[in-house]
Amino acid sequence: MAEQKTVATTGNSVVAEAFRQCAPDVVAAYPITPQTTIVEEFAKIVAQGRVHTEYVTVESEHSAMSACIGAAAAGARVMTATASQGLALMWEELYIASGMRLPIIMANTNRALSAPINIHCDHSDVMGARDSGWIILFAETAQEVYDNTIMAVPIGEDPEVLLPVMTCLDGFITTHSIDRVQLMDDDSVTAFVGDYEPQNALLDTDNPVSHGNFAGLGGPYFEFKKTQRLAIDCSKGVIERVGEAFSKLSGRPFGLIETDMMDDAEVAIVVLGSTAGNVRYVAKQMRAEGVKAGLVKIRCFRPFPVEEMVSALSDMKAVGVLDRADSFGAEGGPVFLETRSALYDLESRVPVVNYIYGLGGSDVRLDLIRTVYTDLSDIAAGSASLHGMQYLGAR
Amino acid sequence: MEQLTEIRWHARAGQGAVTAAKLVAETALAADKYMQAMPEYGPERMGAPIKAFTRISPDPIDIHCNIEHPNVVIVLDDSLLDVVDVTEGLVDDGTVIINTCTPPDAAKRSLGVADGVTVACLDASGIALDTIKRDIPNTPMIGALAKVTEAVDIDTVKSLLEVTFGKKFGQEIIDANIASVDRAYEEVVVA
Repeated sequence: MAEQKTVATTGNSVVAEAFRQCAPDVVAAYPITPQTTIVEEFAKIVAQGRVHTEYVTVESEHSAMSACIGAAAAGARVMTATASQGLALMWEELYIASGMRLPIIMANTNRALSAPINIHCDHSDVMGARDSGWIILFAETAQEVYDNTIMAVPIGEDPEVLLPVMTCLDGFITTHSIDRVQLMDDDSVTAFVGDYEPQNALLDTDNPVSHGNFAGLGGPYFEFKKTQRLAIDCSKGVIERVGEAFSKLSGRPFGLIETDMMDDAEVAIVVLGSTAGNVRYVAKQMRAEGVKAGLVKIRCFRPFPVEEMVSALSDMKAVGVLDRADSFGAEGGPVFLETRSALYDLESRVPVVNYIYGLGGSDVRLDLIRTVYTDLSDIAAGSASLHGMQYLGAR
Repeated sequence: MEQLTEIRWHARAGQGAVTAAKLVAETALAADKYMQAMPEYGPERMGAPIKAFTRISPDPIDIHCNIEHPNVVIVLDDSLLDVVDVTEGLVDDGTVIINTCTPPDAAKRSLGVADGVTVACLDASGIALDTIKRDIPNTPMIGALAKVTEAVDIDTVKSLLEVTFGKKFGQEIIDANIASVDRAYEEVVVA
C-alpha cells in the first residue's frame, strides 16, 4: 500500500498534482473554463521547478494537441487538459493522436458546447470525441479524478495498447468543488507509472521511422484501422489489470463499471460522472421505501464494457439510462444507444428507457432522479409502458 | 446522512465568502469529517451578490446537486436582505447568522422566519475593521458559526487559520484574523 495523506482540494487541483507525480516530459495546453485552474496550477508547479516538464504555451487548442502529437511522436510522455469548445477545436488532432498510436493523457473538464454559450457541465464535448479512438474514463468524485489520471499513464503506454487516454471530470461540480481526497506519496506513483519507453520514437535515430504516412488507395489504411480497433478492444484487459494493481496500491476499488445495490435489484439507473452520487443517494431512499433500486456507474466509456453491462443488467425488469448529452436525431443519447445495443442479443428483452438530463449544468435535483426510479418501477410492474427519450426536468 | 449539515453563504463578491466556505470545509476535514465546498459560478464582479455552499457530514457525501434546503444561512452583508431572499428553502429549525448592527429580535421579525429558526447577529464588519483593519467580515462570521452551531470547532478554526493563511499572509494578518474569530465568538447575539 502507498502512503497516503487526506486533503481538502478540488478536482482540478488533483489533476495538476497527479500530472506532477506522473512527471510528463511535455505539457502543451491552452486555458479554457472550467479547465483553467489545471493548467494554471501545473504552470506554477513547473515554474517552481517541482517537475522537469517542458511547458509549451500555445495560441489555441488546435495547436495544443498538435504540439502534444509532435512531442509524443518524438518519444515524450505528454499530458494536456481542455474542455468544451477547446476539445471541439482539437477534433482533427484527436484522430491523429490515436491513429499514430500516441499515448497522450488529457483531462477533459466536461462542459456544454455552444450555442447558446454556456460554461457549465454536460457531456456534449466528450461525446463528440467518442469515436475518435481515445480511451475515455469518467470520474464521479475528485478522488476518482486523481485515481483515473494516474491509471491512465500505464494504460495508454502499455505496448499492447499505445492509445491516448481522456480522463473526464464534470465541469464545476467536480473541477471546482472542494472534496475530500487521498493523495499517494510521490515514490509510490513514480513506481506505479514507471518510466516511459516509447515505441517508434522519432528521436530514436538508431531506429529511424516515419509516422502518419500516406496510406491511400491500395495502401494499408484499412488494415491500419483494423489494428487500431484491435488495440482499443485489447485495452479492456489492460485497464482491468492496471485497475487491479492500482486498487492494491491505493486500497480503492476500480471497475470498468461499478455497481451499487445490484445484487437483488429489479430496476437500475445507468449513469456517468458525478450524477452517480445523486443516484446512489436516491437509490438508498427508494430501497427504504421497498423499491429494489440499483445503480450502474460506467467508469470506462471507451472501450465500452459490453460484457460487464450485460451481466449487470440482464435480469432487470427496467433500466433507465441517463445521458448528459443528446445525439440529435438519434433515438436517444449516446449511453442509451450503447446500453440498449449491448442488451439486444439477450434471449429475454430488458426494457430500457432514456433520459437526457443536466445539459448546460442544469441542476440534477434528487426529485428528478426519484422520478426516474418511479417510472422504472411502474414499467417493471407493468403499469406503464416504455416511453421514448425524455428531457428530464426540462421546462 | 441524518447529520448532514448544509450551509449557504450570501455575500457580495470580494467579502471573502468563498475563502470562508473553504476554511469551514478544511475545518471539517481536520475533524475527520467529509465535506464539500462550492461557489456558485456565474458572471461575477466586485460587489455583486454571490452565493457559496458548504456541506459537512460524518459520512461520505454522495450528492452533488445545489443546496436547496440549507440548515444554516450566513449573510455577510445586510444590504443583501433587501435584494436576495436569503431564507429561501431554509429548514424550519435552521439557523441564520447575519453581519449587521440590527438586534437579532428585530432581524428575526423582518426576516419573517418560522419560530424554530435561530437568528444570530453580530457586527462582523465592525470587528473586521477593528482587527483586520479592512471590511472583510468572513473570518468573524466563522467565529459566530462556531458559537451558534456545532458545524465547526473554534480551536480548529484558529489553528487552521495559522496554516492556510500562513501560506499567503504574514503573522500580523494571521493574528488579526484569529482575534476577529475570538471577538465574534464572544459578541454574537442570538434572538
